[in-house]
Parts: sequence; structure tokens; C-alpha cells
Amino acid sequence: MATQVVAIEAPQRTGPARDFWRRYRRSRLGLVGLGIVLGLGVIAVFAPVLAPYEPTATSLDSLRAPGATAHPLGTDDLGRDILSGVIWGARVSLIVGITAAATAVFIGIVIGAFAGYYGRWADAVLMRITELFQTIPRFVLALLVVALFGRGLTKLVLVIGVLAWPQAARLVRGQFLAHKSSAYVDAARALGLPGWRIIFTEVLPNVLAPVVVLGSLDVAQAILLEASLGFFGLGDPNLVSWGGMLNNAQAYLREAWWMSVFPGIGIALAVVGFNLVGDGLNDAINPRLNE
Amino acid sequence: MGGGTPLWRYIAGRVVQAIPLLLGVVVLNFLLISFAPGDPIHVLLGEYPAPPEYVARLREQFGLDRPMVVRLGHYVANVLRGDLGFSFAYRLPVVQLVVERLGNTLILMGTAMIVAAIAGVLLGVSAARRPRSRLDAAATGASLIGYSIPEFWLGQLLVLLFAVTLAWLPAQGIRSTRETYTGLAAAADLLRHLILPAAALSFRYIALIARITRASMLEVMHQDYVLAARARGADEGRVLWRHGMRNAAIPVVTVIGYNFAFILAGSALVETVFGWPGVGRLIFDAILQRDTPVLLGVLLLVSATVVVVNLMTDIAYAYLDPRVRY
Repeated sequence: MATQVVAIEAPQRTGPARDFWRRYRRSRLGLVGLGIVLGLGVIAVFAPVLAPYEPTATSLDSLRAPGATAHPLGTDDLGRDILSGVIWGARVSLIVGITAAATAVFIGIVIGAFAGYYGRWADAVLMRITELFQTIPRFVLALLVVALFGRGLTKLVLVIGVLAWPQAARLVRGQFLAHKSSAYVDAARALGLPGWRIIFTEVLPNVLAPVVVLGSLDVAQAILLEASLGFFGLGDPNLVSWGGMLNNAQAYLREAWWMSVFPGIGIALAVVGFNLVGDGLNDAINPRLNE
Repeated sequence: MGGGTPLWRYIAGRVVQAIPLLLGVVVLNFLLISFAPGDPIHVLLGEYPAPPEYVARLREQFGLDRPMVVRLGHYVANVLRGDLGFSFAYRLPVVQLVVERLGNTLILMGTAMIVAAIAGVLLGVSAARRPRSRLDAAATGASLIGYSIPEFWLGQLLVLLFAVTLAWLPAQGIRSTRETYTGLAAAADLLRHLILPAAALSFRYIALIARITRASMLEVMHQDYVLAARARGADEGRVLWRHGMRNAAIPVVTVIGYNFAFILAGSALVETVFGWPGVGRLIFDAILQRDTPVLLGVLLLVSATVVVVNLMTDIAYAYLDPRVRY
């Protein structure tokens, strides 16, 4: 009977994930952000199929040509197709953004957890290092490191990730400070669990939610930083990136506006998307803030 | 109320805390030089040809044949003496080069931040006055966009619109090269060159300041003393300005103070778009010329500036909001 089917199905529809999605769905901007991120994700994954040309393929008969049927968004100074560049650029931005943010969050979790859980001198030392990394201008340090150690996708990810961890560390440390004297941690200690197990299997799952929010915002920041480095000519020399395209556009602003406008839209969309997802996640985790 | 720490003790404490930070910056610089691939002498020299006597002197000065700890001592001593090396690309000591350029950067940053403070507070206060109104929604949307657009792309868009298409404002440089102005005319000329880069740099901070001002105004407007003022029948505009503004000063000071490093990075990028002869432009050229002593010097001086600005921000914050000194 139909009514019974509904009754049996209903309890399965309320898992924590479904609950979370129901709360996330309430934020319209969060949904817009999710749409943008998923859209860019599809573009990044299917770049080889979607792009009409190789992003690095030059065509000498159309240099800095405006949009036309052959090249809908025009070509750059070497006759490279802008549309293809923008599509492949999504791939570079997302790869760097997501892996760099993951690196930053991972380092931040480890450092923040140890500082917050063990306290005392471990906390004092780790927090001074965190402060140092928060003080140094990230962009200038990244420029220097890339200039000294060379360019390349992996190095970019490492530099951006290693420079971005302090925020996550502070957040995780604060959470651990709040949790470390709660009853379940005392219980785990009484059972004789080693410190690292209490940190990673007992406390960490309870403090992860705000870290995920920060991670999403970190992706946006990492994409911006990657684009900035690319604009300074320090991107991966073998890849077409949005920042690199803007670097290229700088010399031809008077002749070819499309070289600047379209890659820039890509960066702005990606950053807006991840920022909105972060805000949406935050609202879904702290529903009270909205009421 | 008693129990609060006097301001001067708080300041002394913060100054003492800033010293290990400065030292940390110097050590980090040293580690970068030491662990960069290749001979550290090339990092200290850059790729510009230098006379062999200078190379020998540099090896001696930095103790490059000695063990690491000794080298660190040499390095710190050199920095403390104010010697950050010599740029052969410019034939100038790095310190002199950076300090010269820092002036132009501060003109740009200062202008942009004054604009950001005024526009951000006005926007945030107006949005907070009528929450959930159309103006509020528009301000929130603008904040979101402002926060997500890279400054350098915004700069290019401004050039495309106001310099290329409309030809209203200059796209490059800090002053006109065709004519030499003096006095007031020179100031007006500088101002014309400032408008676009300052607009590009300020946009993100207008957004940030507006967002935080809006939130803190909404909070303040529900405080008892504001309710009391309203109950006394005080004029709404007066309440807003008298009780709200001191509180609005806090977000402005903290946003600008604690984001100083980011504003500098933004300035570096915007300077590159507009050919503004500041530190950013200097870094850009140093990368192209592989002039590493300049990059190292910039990192050190800029980091030190950030430490000092953060310290000043802490002090200003403690002055504006006595609650932070406990």
C-alpha cells in the first residue's frame, strides 16, 4: 500500500547528511555558490572535451582578434583561443585552490590540535610560530619562494598551502581548548587511550564542522593567491592559468579588452562561488545565527 | 571599574611580544637564503653581474664558508646594522631603494584606505539603518562582489573603461611625463593619476568595512544605552552618530590595521597594472631581473612594517575599546 511505503521510507530520509542538506538548502546564496562551484567543477573535469582548441595552440592568422565564430571570445597576442584558455584555466585554479586549501587545513589541524590539547610550552611555541606566519606578508613571501625555488604546479600548491595554515590552526586550537576538559575526553583518558588517539578519533570529529567552513573560504583565498602569482608571471610556465592570461593581457589593454575581461570573470566567479559555499555551510552549521 | 590594566602596561607588553616576531622574520629570511637551491652567494647577489672583489667581500661579510649557526649570527648582525645588501640592477643599496619606493606605495595605500574608511562606514551605517531593505541587500551584494574580485583585474577593468574607452583619466604612472607642473597643479596632476589605482585598491576594503560596520551597528543599536537614548526621545540620526560612530571606528581601525599585509599585497598588484613606481612595481621588476637581494630586502622591511602596524593597531584598539585590556 502506498501510504505504508511512505511511512517506511520516511525515517531513512532523516540522516545527519539529509538534515544538513535541508538546512543548507535554506540559504539561497549558498545554493548559488554551490551551483557556481559545481559548474566550474564540470568545466574543469571536461576541459579536454569542452575546449574548442588546445589552450596553447597558436594561430598566426588571427592575432588579438575579437570574438568571432571561430574564436567566440577572441584570441590573444599569439593567436591562442581565449575560450579554451578560460576553460583550461578553471582546471588549474580548482586543482591549486582545492589541494592548497586541503594542505593548509591539514597542517592547521595537526598544529592546532597539538597546541590546544597539550597546552603549556607546546602551545606557546606553536602559537608563536603561527603568529609569525600570520605576520609575514603571504604574497611577498610566496613571490620570493617561487622566485628562489622555481615554478611549477606542485610547488605552487605547497607554497600556498604552507602559507595559509595559521587561520585553521588558531580555529582548531580554540576548539580543542574548549573540548579538552569535557567529560568524554576525561573518560577516554581514564581508559588509557594515548594522546594522539584522543586527538584524532575522539575530539577531532567533534570540532571538524567549522574547519570545513574555513576550508571552503581557504579555497577562495588560494585561488586568489594563485591568480596573483600568475599575474606576477610566476605561475606554472607549462599551463594556461587565469592569472597568467591577465598578466599577458596587461600589455594589450588598449588593443584587446577581451584578453583581460574573460579570464577575470573566471577568477571572480570561482572566488565568489567558494565564498558563498563557505557562508552557506556556516549558516547550516549554526542555524541559530539566522533566526 | 578597577582591575583593568593601565594602557601603558598593555603597550609595554605588546612591544616586548613584537621583538621575537621581528627576530623570527630575520631568521626566516636567512633560512630561505640558506635552503634555496644553488650557492647562497647567488641568492645574495642576484643574477646581475657583480665585480669579483664585491663577491669576495660578500662571502666574507656573511661568513659563507662557516657553519650555519655562525652564518646566522653574521646575517643578523648585518641586518641590525641596516645592511640589506646591494642591488646591481639599480646600483643602489637595497634599503635606500625600498625606502624610496615605500613612500609612493604609502601615498597609494593611504589614499585608498581613507576612501575605504569613509565609503565603507557610510555604506555600512546606511545598510544597518534599514536592515533587510533594498539598500541593505544592494550593500550586501556589493560587499560580496568587492570581496571576491581580484584588485588587479578590477584595475584593468577601470583602465579599460576610464582610460581607454572614455579617456578621462591617465592609465599609467604617477605624474604626467609630457608636462612638468609645480605647486598646486602638480598636486592636481598627482591626484588625477591616483584616482584609478586608489579606486581599484579600495574596493575590497570598502566591502569589508561596510560588512563589519553593518554588523557592529546592528549590535550597538540594540544595546541598552541606545534604547535609553531613544526612549528619551532623542533624534534617530543623532543617536546613530553619537552612539554608533565610536563603535564604528573599531572596525575601521581593525580592518585596515590587521589587513595591512594584504593591503600591501593588493597595492603591489595594483601598482603593476598602473605602472605606479612603488614597492610592488619594484618587486615585479626584481623578479624579472632575478634581483634577489631586492626581494629579500622587501620581505624583511615589509614584514617589519607589518609588525609595527599590527602593534599600533593593538594599541589603538585597546584605546578605543577598553574591554580588550584585561
